[in-house]
Amino acid sequence: MSEAKEVIKEKSMLIQKEMLAKLFRELSTAKESGKKVVYTFVPGNLTELILSFDMLPVYPEINALQSGMRKKSAAYIRDAEKIGFSEDVCTYVKCDIGMMLNGNSGPTGEKLPAPDLLLLSYTGCYTFMKWFENLERLYPGVPVAMLHTPYQEDGKITADQIAYMVKQMKEDVIPKMEKVSGKKFDLPRLSKMMENSAKSEDLLVKILESAKNKPSPIDAYFAGVYYIGPLFTAFRGTQEAVDYYNELYKEVQERIRLGLGPVTPEGELKEERFRLVVEGPPNWTNFREFWKIFYDMGAVIVASSYTKVGGVYDLGFRHNPKEPLESLARYCMGCYTNMNLPQRVQLLEKYVREYKADGFLINSIKSCNSFSAGQLMIMRELEQRCGVPVGFIESDLVDPRYFSYANIKNRLESYFQMLEQRKIILERESQPAQ
Amino acid sequence: MNKYYLGVDLGSTTSKAVIINEHDEIIGRGITNTRANYSVAADIARMEALYNARFSILKKNLEGEKTAKPEYNKYITDLENSFQYIQFKIRIDKLFHEMVKTVKSFLSGKLQGDVLDHVNSIFFIIEPKIKQEYLFGKLGSKNQFFRDIVSEKYNEEVGKADISLFEPLMTAWDKSITVAENEVIDFNFGEIIRKAMETLKEKYKSLPDSTPGDVSVNFDAEMNILKGNFTEVSESLRSHISDVANLEFHISNMTGTGYGRALLPFPQECIRSEILCHAFGAHAVFPETRTVLDIGGQDTKAIQVDKYGLVTSFQMNDRCAAGCGRYLGYIADEMSISLNELGPMAMKAEKEVNICSTCTVFAGAELRELTNLGEKREDILGGLHKAIIMRAMSLIARSGGIFNEFTFTGGVARNPAVIKYLTRLVKENYGNNIKINIHTDSIFMGALGGAMFARRNIQADLPSVKKEKAGVN
Repeated sequence: MSEAKEVIKEKSMLIQKEMLAKLFRELSTAKESGKKVVYTFVPGNLTELILSFDMLPVYPEINALQSGMRKKSAAYIRDAEKIGFSEDVCTYVKCDIGMMLNGNSGPTGEKLPAPDLLLLSYTGCYTFMKWFENLERLYPGVPVAMLHTPYQEDGKITADQIAYMVKQMKEDVIPKMEKVSGKKFDLPRLSKMMENSAKSEDLLVKILESAKNKPSPIDAYFAGVYYIGPLFTAFRGTQEAVDYYNELYKEVQERIRLGLGPVTPEGELKEERFRLVVEGPPNWTNFREFWKIFYDMGAVIVASSYTKVGGVYDLGFRHNPKEPLESLARYCMGCYTNMNLPQRVQLLEKYVREYKADGFLINSIKSCNSFSAGQLMIMRELEQRCGVPVGFIESDLVDPRYFSYANIKNRLESYFQMLEQRKIILERESQPAQ
Repeated sequence: MNKYYLGVDLGSTTSKAVIINEHDEIIGRGITNTRANYSVAADIARMEALYNARFSILKKNLEGEKTAKPEYNKYITDLENSFQYIQFKIRIDKLFHEMVKTVKSFLSGKLQGDVLDHVNSIFFIIEPKIKQEYLFGKLGSKNQFFRDIVSEKYNEEVGKADISLFEPLMTAWDKSITVAENEVIDFNFGEIIRKAMETLKEKYKSLPDSTPGDVSVNFDAEMNILKGNFTEVSESLRSHISDVANLEFHISNMTGTGYGRALLPFPQECIRSEILCHAFGAHAVFPETRTVLDIGGQDTKAIQVDKYGLVTSFQMNDRCAAGCGRYLGYIADEMSISLNELGPMAMKAEKEVNICSTCTVFAGAELRELTNLGEKREDILGGLHKAIIMRAMSLIARSGGIFNEFTFTGGVARNPAVIKYLTRLVKENYGNNIKINIHTDSIFMGALGGAMFARRNIQADLPSVKKEKAGVN
């Protein structure tokens, strides 16, 4: 198991770290500075809208994953279970509730402010609704704005659906934001932010698509979760985010020029042996150990669905300054977990082919229904359509009790041996008999 | 020189070794119980496979002469039993000395003397009994391993002793058996075979000249030939035996697999996942197999393979023991019967009692509850066996289902009730046209796959990279 070795930090990583530190500092002093705080979720978030009212967003699931990475989640989950949450409830929820029960100290140790508005934009995950019902009880009297995102049952976004969502924004979400912030809705400001959103989105797509190179200069899953950070959370629509992605893109281009592999906490990956597409969120409690198993095997994740939970930009969608609210509606409905299963299969198939992956792997999360439903079907479809070996491992988001290092390593080792042998045997088969 | 290849499958319950020749034919099998010291388990299985291989070669070499001298068959079988007995004898002597040493170390005074007397007399009684079982092939499949064979008899005798001695006698056993079991004894094949022949000579001498009326005439005749001919083994047979004893056994390559694979004293590039090995072994024996189910001691795997025997996907239950072999072991313990008796008893079920518990440990409680309610043991066991297969069926479904040929591997494949329910449920779920393969060597499938990988010299050396292209041997 990995022990803390000096981790290589690129400039972009330091920029991101500073951005986050600044945000949490601002949050910790929000009450003094008079800034209003909105709790909301990553998939289908309305960050530009929140920021346009000079409010600060807090994403409970990001706090939960951060607590997981910082080894705090076990105690939080235990406390949530003590007050009656069942073993089977989403561990993000329990971790978040547990954190609040323990004084709401955020991942950086700084205290998180109580919400002034609970903005429930639930996208593809029905647990979100229950989660916020609990938050409503924990913070009595805090207004709740609910934005219902229609699921893409038929695999398409219709004009009616867009109109339905815009109507909710105009009639419920925006008035509540105006009331909480004491500011008028500023459409030109929102539009301006969307220009920045689209710039960042363009850059993120280029960065993620750089994995089509061989060797891939990035890991689009383990490192990918850092790359999506600013755009999927509090910084979409800001100049800071644009600057971050410009810097990151420069670094990636340089790596391509030098023919270098991805940077990992264990060092640079020297030889790319396997290219994989991964479906499902990572495990956070043992994130580095988990990544190291792949690193040790020379495996690079060239594309992942998890890095699309906060927006599927590589299919062409961009926030549009000309139609800010409509594009927010489109954005919400287009997030990965709001896509129907055939769409997800199609997207993953495209990844396997376009990124020339050797295999497809699913990390199935015990307590996440919105991701896990349909995964076996997805796996079978991918196996049949692409003819690549498929693998299945199980862990959890932030409950360390469900991360079994030995079991996961055993399965992954078998999986990588499958890939290796396939290469050797198929190579032999394609040669004339000796 | 002939080339041989070794596969060792270090499972959670048993360790298996298989030796194959250049034509992928199994010529040696070895199996032992896995113990805390993995490398000893692997060594014992490997040595057993090597001895077994020599016997295989001996039988092969005698092919031509056997038609003229059919009694050779009986003699070789007897010789193999006798050979195993001699090995057993060496180990039980070690155990005896260990017991004496242990008793002296933790007891003193009169109690020490009493316990020593008992240990002495117990071994004096059980050793000849076990000898008889070995020499007359009566060991059966009930007990396979040294520990089981001795403990059964030892416990029986301890039960007869005064109750005050129970505790010290059992403590002495517990403290000594692991030491004795874990000692690697380098047996010399030539020497043991010589002793085995001596032992047989005595056996034949002591056989009665006529047999009781209930024994078939055929047997009588065979025995008479043996008695007549084998007080002195014929020169030709003796020379064949000495040939295989002197045979230089060259293992060209080997593969280690199973849960303990990382702990095997093998080079990294010779270690292979058991999923791949089971699939490769099953595919080698039944080339049309596309789905493999392996029920091991501590996990269950449903594996899909392609026409090359390569794994395309697998699903694994490594979280819950309720679908694994260990479940049966636990139930056997709960019922105080041996693992090998479970299946035959379940075959007598007239119905399958519904077992709701999906947990191994709680199944024990459920078992007692159902017994209290008046359910018959056989019917409960029928239900338990069915429950395991239902679990396996769900795993198979997760892995993609069964399309044409299906092969069942692992130690559990020896259990007739498991086979009964598996066959029934596979047909119910996937139709009557599915061909179901269960090989007598099912338990060795992983080791066989390993040996076959070794013969093909397919290296999948992870994580260290050696890109040299493996050549076909």
